[in-house]
Amino acid sequence: MTKLNCFLLGLFLMASPAVLASEEAHSADEHAAEAHVHAAEHSDEHAANATEEKEAFNPAEVIMHHIADSHGWHLFDWNDHPVSIPLPVILYTEKGLVVFSSSEFHHDQEGTHVVKAGGQRFVNIHEKIYYASDVANDHGVFAEMDHETHEVANATPWDISITKNVAALLFSAVVILLLFLPAARSYKKNPNAAPKGVAGFVEPLVVFVRDDIAKNNIGPHYKRFVPMLLTIFFFIWINNLLGLVPFFPGGANVTGNIAVTMVLAIVTFVVTNVNGNKHYWGHIFWMPGLPVAVKPLLAIVEFIGIFTKPFSLMIRLFANITAGHIIVLSLVSLVFIFETVWVSPASVLLTLFISVLELLVAALQAYIFTLLTALYIGAAMHEEHH
Amino acid sequence: MGIVTPGFGLIFWTTLTFFILLFLLAKFAWKPILKAVQDREESINSALKSAEAAKAEMASLQSNNEQLLKAAREEREAMLKEARAMRDKTIADAKGAASEEAAKVLEAARAQIHNEKMAAMTEVKNQVAQLAIDMSERILRAELKDAEAQKAMVDRAMQDVKMN
Repeated sequence: MTKLNCFLLGLFLMASPAVLASEEAHSADEHAAEAHVHAAEHSDEHAANATEEKEAFNPAEVIMHHIADSHGWHLFDWNDHPVSIPLPVILYTEKGLVVFSSSEFHHDQEGTHVVKAGGQRFVNIHEKIYYASDVANDHGVFAEMDHETHEVANATPWDISITKNVAALLFSAVVILLLFLPAARSYKKNPNAAPKGVAGFVEPLVVFVRDDIAKNNIGPHYKRFVPMLLTIFFFIWINNLLGLVPFFPGGANVTGNIAVTMVLAIVTFVVTNVNGNKHYWGHIFWMPGLPVAVKPLLAIVEFIGIFTKPFSLMIRLFANITAGHIIVLSLVSLVFIFETVWVSPASVLLTLFISVLELLVAALQAYIFTLLTALYIGAAMHEEHH
Repeated sequence: MGIVTPGFGLIFWTTLTFFILLFLLAKFAWKPILKAVQDREESINSALKSAEAAKAEMASLQSNNEQLLKAAREEREAMLKEARAMRDKTIADAKGAASEEAAKVLEAARAQIHNEKMAAMTEVKNQVAQLAIDMSERILRAELKDAEAQKAMVDRAMQDVKMN
């Protein structure tokens, strides 16, 4: 068990530089985008260079566009026109709920196309929806820019749209239900028989989560947590796998989105602390067996530890999955970067290699998240035996 | 939307989806699956245990059988022995009784023969005595027909008595 944990820790550490890399890439991308939004000073140049710019391939932009969420599900480009599945935009505005199709933006992400709905006007700037300004600024963008922070100054409605990630999330939920409900039914049909079909595939995994993750790490009261751990494990795993499928309805970066991993980490955080016993809190705020002078100091460290544990869960899953997507897309982009088809064998082989690795990572990250959740719960419920 | 800034919409939908999924799976998948797996584990364990018990019972039964067989064999042996002894005894008894009877018969016969013989002897003695008396009478009659002979006779008898 400890050996495995060391191995997993190593993998996690490996993934860390990838996060930094993606962060840098992202900020670079943002700057580029902002430059684009208020390319005020050289608007003529901009127009002149438009065709040239379109020719130039920007891998960071493409990759970041994929990694991030979007209001439509982009499938492919056809004759330079993006083809995407429109998804519902749901906004909770000052005047109540407003719903319209994402196709109303006509693929505009620069804030130049205003959508009028529910008596209000909205623009899409880099997949974030703002209340549109009354008039366009010098670049045709219906938004005010804050010149200090280089961010859009307009107010935003509460955006609960069915975005690409939400759609993928719902799809994965359906996949999970289609996988496990028939399995459960097959058990009801032939009780006490050897598992057949999908139950035969599912059972070893369920038993693995129950025995090796829950029972080993939580202790005698593990049974209560098994359904939650199973749900977390399969939710992450199936979403990871669907993220590796390169075409619709896969390919969305659901578990590589920090909002998703945050929700999962918060579930762990809440379950851990709600089940924390006297010893758990005692060890946090008044560590036994230490000089009194050190105790408050350690209490601060331990208190921060309550939050850093689920925070690390959130970052680890997000970083690993996002890094995987970035690497695959970068390798695919090689052909366009070098502008030669001769690089494609290397590109395909490397992509294949990374994809296979990502299959492992998909299962591994689901395992680590579930295992650590079980460990945290186990530590919170641990009884003292001094 | 920065990639490290969690979006509100996705948080909302993820929370909703996750908890609905948790509820549905817990109720309709995990509960029956975990129960079925546990039931099966228990049934396998109990089957193994009962198989073990059956094996032990079989072994004890076998040893029991062997014991029974052994006892039966011993009993048969004893019975045979007894029968043999009985037979021998019966034969011996029969033999004893027969020889005794024979001896008795012989004895009786002997006694009868003896008695008959005695009776015959007595008869013969009586006959001889009668004969002797008759003879003596005839002789005496013949001898003592005259007085002289009688006198001589008495004299001779007197002489014999003096010699004694």
